[in-house]
Amino acid sequence: MSNKESWGSRIGLILAMAGNAVGLGNFLRFPVQAIQNGGGAFIIPYLVCFLLMGIPLLFIEWSTGRFGGKSGHHSTPFILDSMDKRKFWKYVGVFGIFTNIAVAAYYCYLESWTLSWVWHTIQGTFSNQTQEQVAAFFGNYVSLTSWEPIFFWILCLVLNTWILSKGLSGGVEKVAKIGMPLLIVFGIFLAYKAVTLQAGEHGAINPGTLGLSFLWTPDFSSIWSAKVWLAAAGQIFFTLSVGMGSIQCYASYVRKKDDIALNAMSAGWMNEFVEVVLGSAIIIPIAVGYLGIEKVVEMTTSGGLGLGFKTLPYLFEQWGGALALICGVFWFGLLFFAGITSSLAMGTPCMGFMMDEFNWPREKSAWAFGIVIFILGLPTVLFFNYGVFDEYDYWAGTVSLVIFALLETILFGWIFGMDKGWKEITTGADIQVPTIFKFIIKYVTPLLLGWIFFSSLPGIWDQLTNVAIYEEMSRTTDVLQRAELDKKLFYVNISRVLLLSIWLGIAYLVYIAYKRRLKLS
Amino acid sequence: MESSALIMMLSTEIVVTLITGYFFWKVLTAKPKPEPDSYTDND
Repeated sequence: MSNKESWGSRIGLILAMAGNAVGLGNFLRFPVQAIQNGGGAFIIPYLVCFLLMGIPLLFIEWSTGRFGGKSGHHSTPFILDSMDKRKFWKYVGVFGIFTNIAVAAYYCYLESWTLSWVWHTIQGTFSNQTQEQVAAFFGNYVSLTSWEPIFFWILCLVLNTWILSKGLSGGVEKVAKIGMPLLIVFGIFLAYKAVTLQAGEHGAINPGTLGLSFLWTPDFSSIWSAKVWLAAAGQIFFTLSVGMGSIQCYASYVRKKDDIALNAMSAGWMNEFVEVVLGSAIIIPIAVGYLGIEKVVEMTTSGGLGLGFKTLPYLFEQWGGALALICGVFWFGLLFFAGITSSLAMGTPCMGFMMDEFNWPREKSAWAFGIVIFILGLPTVLFFNYGVFDEYDYWAGTVSLVIFALLETILFGWIFGMDKGWKEITTGADIQVPTIFKFIIKYVTPLLLGWIFFSSLPGIWDQLTNVAIYEEMSRTTDVLQRAELDKKLFYVNISRVLLLSIWLGIAYLVYIAYKRRLKLS
Repeated sequence: MESSALIMMLSTEIVVTLITGYFFWKVLTAKPKPEPDSYTDND
């Protein structure tokens, strides 16, 4: 067995786990979800879902990871396999590798934008540009009018792969120890600048506190809406990186008598601090300060990406001189650290699997991961405007997470058994875990996850049958636009075939690994 | 800022910050487990 990885320190592990959870969504997705789902009242379903679904899933994933690690398993197929005698669980565990590969394939492209935007901020590309010009810059960038996006994307892939090739303590942990504190410092600085923004200062039309007020004013009637609860549960999923398989992988390197309960709480709440305290205090206060509430509401209908990349560079420029440069570099630097600490976590399950099952050395596993990400990610770069990026995000970054989390919760609470599961959670614990979680993990979490999954089924069916594209087709009379939609349909279907092939390919590797194990035993 | 927004924001942020700080403090002050443990720095 060639897998001799280990963590250097407890703080390093917690920062790496928190870094895994903290991503671009903490700054771009959470504030948008909040303003679209009841403002300050959104925090109620959000925190309830964190307690009833987020924390239980953290306990489940940390403890199953450590449990699998005891038998030398560092990826979900054989971690799950070790929890029950039925053979199909290892194929459920395929999701825990597939999701990481498929999400990393598009996420690294997103991450590369942040690097590129740091570069352009330093170069002064956005200086003296109008808001329309900054937005057009983004449009041209993703339309690949130059080789630059490809260059930054490959740079980002190489950087990720190189860090992964240095191992957990020599690579991932070092990045987390630098990246997470810097991210928090950058975040606090930007939040301070955003909240103290005054009307009339640097061309702002509103104070930053108006944005805060807009985001936090509670609409309590919204908490009776199922849609709001679904949005809150979805946000908890995205923000904690649960249902992916990366937490199990990181935790599998923790020894059986070491704590996981306090580690899980510490990393999980650190993510909440970054999301709720810092994430809510940057993008919306600045945007409302310059653009007003109505314009921000209109801009956020398509998510937070537009605000983050098309609008904020222009707004920072209004601050002028060194401050504009510092804030631009801090903002995109913060997003970069948020991104890379997550994408590194996505590489480790795949590497762990190859090292455990095929005795591949670490470097070879890391570069193999990099090559797979390059091949799978290429369509998201080349055909971004044809919806390939969004398609990957939907199937791998949304549906797959829910399916895997639901199944692993059933396995943990009902098949592995809650008594054994509870022992796994509490062994070596440095905190007293409230026994109510025994009940929550067994009954409440699977019910919540089941509700999310079954409520999502109509949407999944619509996505699968391309309802939105066909509707757009039926509305258009323009021949050129119709041809573009035909192309979109083609690329969307091809990307699904690609994703399915990756899932089946991993399942086949799991089958081969299983046969190898049988032969060796 | 509207008072309802201020109350909502401050109460949430104080709770989240305190809990985060509490767990992080617990990690920093927890006694290391006897060897062999998971962390090479303690070796």
